[in-house]
Amino acid sequence: MESEIVKCFTNHLRRELANVIFAPLLIVKLSMKMNPRFLVIPALIAGLQAASAADITGTVTLKGTPPPEKSIDAITSDPNCGKLHSGPVKTQFYVVGSKGELKDVVVVVRGISGKSAGESAAPLVMDQKGCEYVPYVTAVQSNQKIVVKNSDPVLHNIHPTPTGNGNKEVNKAQMAGGPDITFTFATPEDFLRFKCDVHPWMFGYVTVVDHPYFAVTDKDGNFKIANVPPGKYTVEAMHRKAGKDSKPVEVKSDNVKQDFTLSVPAQ
Amino acid sequence: MSRSATNPWLNRFAILTALATLALIGIGGLVTSHGVGMAVPDWPTTYGYNMFAFPISKWVGGVFYEHSHRLVASAVGFLTVILMVWLWIKDSRRWLRWLGVAAFFAVVLQGVLGGLRVVLYKDEIGIFHAALAQAFLVLTCAIALFTSAWWNKLSERIAPIIDNAGLRRLFAIVTVLIFVQLVVGATMRHQHAGLAIPDFPLAYHKIWPPMDAASVATYNQTRDAAEGTNPITAFQIGLQMLHRIMALLIGIAVVYSAWLTRRQLGVRNPLAKLSLVWVGLILLQVTLGAYTIWSNKAADIATVHVMVGALSLVTATLLTIVSFRLLIPVRAANLAAAKSETTEFLPDKRAATSVK
Repeated sequence: MESEIVKCFTNHLRRELANVIFAPLLIVKLSMKMNPRFLVIPALIAGLQAASAADITGTVTLKGTPPPEKSIDAITSDPNCGKLHSGPVKTQFYVVGSKGELKDVVVVVRGISGKSAGESAAPLVMDQKGCEYVPYVTAVQSNQKIVVKNSDPVLHNIHPTPTGNGNKEVNKAQMAGGPDITFTFATPEDFLRFKCDVHPWMFGYVTVVDHPYFAVTDKDGNFKIANVPPGKYTVEAMHRKAGKDSKPVEVKSDNVKQDFTLSVPAQ
Repeated sequence: MSRSATNPWLNRFAILTALATLALIGIGGLVTSHGVGMAVPDWPTTYGYNMFAFPISKWVGGVFYEHSHRLVASAVGFLTVILMVWLWIKDSRRWLRWLGVAAFFAVVLQGVLGGLRVVLYKDEIGIFHAALAQAFLVLTCAIALFTSAWWNKLSERIAPIIDNAGLRRLFAIVTVLIFVQLVVGATMRHQHAGLAIPDFPLAYHKIWPPMDAASVATYNQTRDAAEGTNPITAFQIGLQMLHRIMALLIGIAVVYSAWLTRRQLGVRNPLAKLSLVWVGLILLQVTLGAYTIWSNKAADIATVHVMVGALSLVTATLLTIVSFRLLIPVRAANLAAAKSETTEFLPDKRAATSVK
């Protein structure tokens, strides 16, 4: 009983602390409508907060030998898309470096929610190049704009197929050289699939997170989640094929390094 | 305006409409097999163009299949309108004229369902669209049969026979079974989950595959599915097992029906001849079903499987219709015989009825 009271109190304290931490964001939002002179105060507070925030960095590596990538013959045999490639095109299920460094892993700080600044964040740009989505795996904040371009000399349809409640399935035509098309999704979900039905091999995956504390690993398996407020969190690393792993991380004033190892699933 | 039951050109036109419908089912099958049903995001326009003015240069990738499907569907709709009007003007049978009207409404509904599938993103509509396509094909084939000289002279050439073996009921039941089987197949295809069971004749190396959550999770992890395919569920595995069991039942029922028909009616009876074609189609269909799995659902094989399924349903329906014309139920025959005996004692012979 006593321990429950203590747990309840600490949870309450944690929530209060989180509100204090994120208060500057709220002040910044409110101050947009105020006298510009008042912007100095939130800017100062935000500056102080940034000073106390830290980065979570790390590397994700893959354990085990992934199955060989498959050739996407449909691309090269397509009269329009084939011209855009000089050699064979393969799937990108596991993009792994020489030491197992794994690309396209989405690393997310869990335990924070409702802190999305997606509406004011810079849009994420996805391109259709060589009849493929570039980038293949990416992440955005909820309500952050996703701008889809078509750099190909061929028409595409952009067809996101979300599963999160309230995220709507849409299907938009985009002619060659046509204007960019913007999408937003309000509900967090992992690996929201974008597809092109004109070219049924074309897929892109966008993870929607309701805060700005996430990253996607680069070709060296590295990630950096910047300006994480102090606190105790769980950090999760997710890969479409290799599954997920999570680790507890405590952020104080110094940067934190946390590596992950994911495994090739048993066949 | 002279109406008659014999219009050779009308019959030819009805056959053309039925063949065009079969081709349309084939193209629709290719759309689903290639997974390109949403390649044209708008409807009734195509990428903002009037459907009939969409430039051929833009018929790329999946657009080719989906746009071709829409154009052939429009052609079938046009043929159906002509068929309806032609029947209304030229055919003397009132019920057949209304059957033409029913075909018109069915094709309109089918077109609207196809469009709604695209704009509402509902797989359920796709399943209904696929089932109605089969029913519409049956309708056009039935009209082609009813307008034929063969049908009109059938009773003159072949005297009706008492249906001692219950063939009428058997054909009707197997027809319904085949239709249900086609709906199950359409439901499997419109899940967009690839093959729920990748091996045949066993299922995940067993006679009956485990369908618990842990087993399904393992299947999903290890399956060799094309990228973007939805994960499989226990329901989908169950559905494929049902499809297999029904295929077995239908196969047995069709072979038994053909054997019984030949035994009861003789090899020269049209029902016996048609039931032999039916056996051939069902055997081909089972082979194609197996090959669909062995080829990891190759688009062309899966599409031929859909078309032969449609032909099996058409054959079953035509057999049922012809059997209702040629065979007299035992009860009706007994009733007619009893009446005939009674009227022998009556002075007015006009009340006598003939079995024929």
